[in-house]
Order: sequence, then C-alpha cells, then structure tokens
Amino acid sequence: MTLVCVKDLHKSFGELEVLKGVDLDVASGEVVAIIGRSGSGKSTLLRCLNQLEQHDGGTIEIAGQHLDAGAMTPNDLSRNVGMVFQSFNLFPHKTVGDNVMLAPTVVRGVDKTVAERLAREVLDKVGMLEKFDAYPAQLSGGQQQRVAIARALAMNPKVLLCDEVTSALDPELVGEVLRVLEALAKEGMTLILVTHEMKFAHDVADRVVFMHQGRIHEQGPPRTLFEHPETSELKQFISAIL
Amino acid sequence: MGISLDFMALSPYLGELLRGLFTTVVLTMVTTLAGLMLAIVVAYLRLNAAAWVGMALGGYVELIRNTPFIVQLFFIFFGLPALGIRIDAITAAFLAMTLNLAAYSAEILRAGIESTARGQLEAARALGMSSLQSYRHVVLIPAFSRIYPALISQCIIVMLGSAVVSQISVYDLTYAANFIQSRNFRSFEAYLLVTLIYLLLAIGMRQTFLLAGRRLFAYRQGEHA
Repeated sequence: MTLVCVKDLHKSFGELEVLKGVDLDVASGEVVAIIGRSGSGKSTLLRCLNQLEQHDGGTIEIAGQHLDAGAMTPNDLSRNVGMVFQSFNLFPHKTVGDNVMLAPTVVRGVDKTVAERLAREVLDKVGMLEKFDAYPAQLSGGQQQRVAIARALAMNPKVLLCDEVTSALDPELVGEVLRVLEALAKEGMTLILVTHEMKFAHDVADRVVFMHQGRIHEQGPPRTLFEHPETSELKQFISAIL
Repeated sequence: MGISLDFMALSPYLGELLRGLFTTVVLTMVTTLAGLMLAIVVAYLRLNAAAWVGMALGGYVELIRNTPFIVQLFFIFFGLPALGIRIDAITAAFLAMTLNLAAYSAEILRAGIESTARGQLEAARALGMSSLQSYRHVVLIPAFSRIYPALISQCIIVMLGSAVVSQISVYDLTYAANFIQSRNFRSFEAYLLVTLIYLLLAIGMRQTFLLAGRRLFAYRQGEHA
C-alpha cells in the first residue's frame, strides 16, 4: 500500500531551483534512505514532506491526505508525519518526560495521565525511560537524539522523517541511535531517512534513493545500487565516500 | 553648622509611613504582574499578528519609551478627563505604571524571542503546534531566561519611578515623606528614611526575582555552557 506519494515536486529558494521535479512513492512499512551530495535537494525534499518548506509545484499525498501548508493547520500537517532533526531540537526547559508529553497534551488534548503512560512507553522503546526526569542538557547527544525519536513517536506518526539524525553526534554515539532506528524498521515503521551512514543505508534500507541536482538520479535496492551503480554520478559519489 | 539627626521626630508618623509603604508595595506588585503579562501579549502580537496590529503596538511601545513617565501619568490623570474619561488617582497610577512597564518589557522580551533557535520552532511545528502553542510552551521560558537580568532591572526602575505618583495625590511612600516633613520640618530625616526604604525595597525585589528565576529556570543548572 502506497503511504507517501510525491509527484513532480518543485521547490525554489528565490532564483535557486532546489527540487526540479521529484517523483517518489513510499510503501507502508518501507525504509527509504536518501543519499546524495550536499545541495542535491535531499533535505529540502524531506522538509517538504511535513511542510516545513512549502513546495511550489507538484503534489504530496500522505496516507490519503493532500499536503498544503497554506490550507492546513500545523496539527493537520503533523497527523501522519513525524520528524527527527540533525540537531535534536529538544526543548531545553522541559524534562525528558515533558518533552515527550507536550505535543500529545497540547496539540491532541490527551489527558495528562494517559500522555504520561504513552511517554513512558515510547521512552522505554528507545531505552531512555530511566532519564524521564532529566533535562536535555544533562544528556549526551546520542541520548538526546533517542529522546527526540521518542517525542516524534508519541504523536503516533505513520511515517517518520529523519534528517541526518547522526551527523551531529560523536562517532561513538552514532550506533545507539542507529540501533533504535533499526528496531523501528523491524517493527514495520515507515522511515524516510536522509543519511550519510552508507553502511546503515546498505543494511537496513529497503530502497536507496540517490539524489543529484534536484532530481532522483538513480534508485533501487541497496545491494544493487551500491554494488552495481549505473550512472557515472552515483559511481563518483560512492567512490568518494568509501 | 552641625546637623543633629532626630529620627524620633518621625515616630509619631509611623502610621503615615506604613500607609505609604503599603501603597507603594501593592502598586508595585500589581503593576509588575499586570505589566509583564501585558508585555507577553504585546511581544507575541508584534511578531505574529497582522501588520497593522504590529504597527499599532510598535507605535505604543515607542511612544512610551520616548516620553517622560510623569507626562504619561499626567496625561492619564489630568488629560483624559477632557475626553470624558475620569479615573481616580490610584487607578491612573496603576494604568500609567502598567503601560510603562509593559512597553519596556515587551521590547526587552522581543530580543529574547527573536534569539530563539530556528530548530526549536521547527520542532514545535513538526509536532503540530500552532504558533501560539509554540510561543507559550516552547519559546517563552527560554526567552525569559535570556533577558531576565534586564527585565529585573526594568521592574525595579518602574518601582522606583512610582515615586512620582505622589504628584497626583496617591498616598505612596514619597507622599508620606512629603506629608511628614511638612508637619515636623524634619525633611532630612524623612527623606533619608524613605531613601533607605526604597533601597531595601529594590534589594528585596531583586532577591525575590532571582529566587523565582532559580525555580523557573532550574533546567539551566545542568547546562555545560
């Protein structure tokens, strides 16, 4: 079943056209890794999927919902899509538990006790339950990112967008975050990740999408893509990073 | 010529002093709370409401910040009755002080709000929060923590500035001092005592704010910054 359906997506920042017609279908439960050079439009594509950037042309449909930031409330936009950021973006003045409980209580109007049960559940899933009362500043980067994942999960998204979620981490902290994502993938969560972790893309993704100059240049199962790249651009990209 | 201090000359007027002190303290507490709440609203609307609302509020802020407080007070108490708006002295004092503190605080707070990291707003939005929800739950407390020292000083300035409300016959601490020295001619003692009381009020106010800040911004104690 197609969960995310992107057709002919265009996005410009002033004169600069960043997305030049992107078509992408993602099935429910699929894990899609988007790779490519910086400036290829991969983060912009991801940010269009929850309308942090409003697209100029084309259509985005997620779980049957047509996305249009101008015509929707943020609550509508967040109904199906969760996002995890490179820089965690936890709310510094709220404890781990409050970070996770905030959106369910404020946006969804969930009862406080129900929200707390939900928060404990998702924090347990990412292995951060024992830090329920800690403040973000007391956590390592990897721990903060796991809390950020739990915070997104608490809104029960159908698809989770991950924008270079390990890029700001010290190398020894990358593993704990990737393990959480891998476990989510195994559970059947639909994931769309912009990533530089090629090994992770290779091992966990169902499909790898290579973006180049605002378009999807090549895509396919990870093994095929990494071992038998067809286009010269992808060959160059792979040889540059390995 | 030597000065002989005679503080005992003030003792018959203890009641007047307490009455003045009470007015100053209550007026300060009420206007501080009302002014800060108004500032929170004004700062939000200036950044988020329709352009004409933002401009109108910008006009209010600049008008207050670029005119003397005593003129604002006189305008409200002596000027408005010409328009048929008649208010008593204490209400006029409350209005003038609240509007004054709100304008300065809104401007101070705006700096704190504008320095919010973009990622914070994006995270709030990605979680489905409206701009008002994100202001209230995500932006406001960290913004306050960044501008807190400036805000404390502003509140104290308004408390000290409240001395001029004695000019429209509000029975505050300064009014009490004027009254006492007009009766016993001990102006040096009267004003010295009142000066000390204002000083203690300012110190007490700052300490109260700092204590509240330690609770409100407890999350910062773990920061590595």
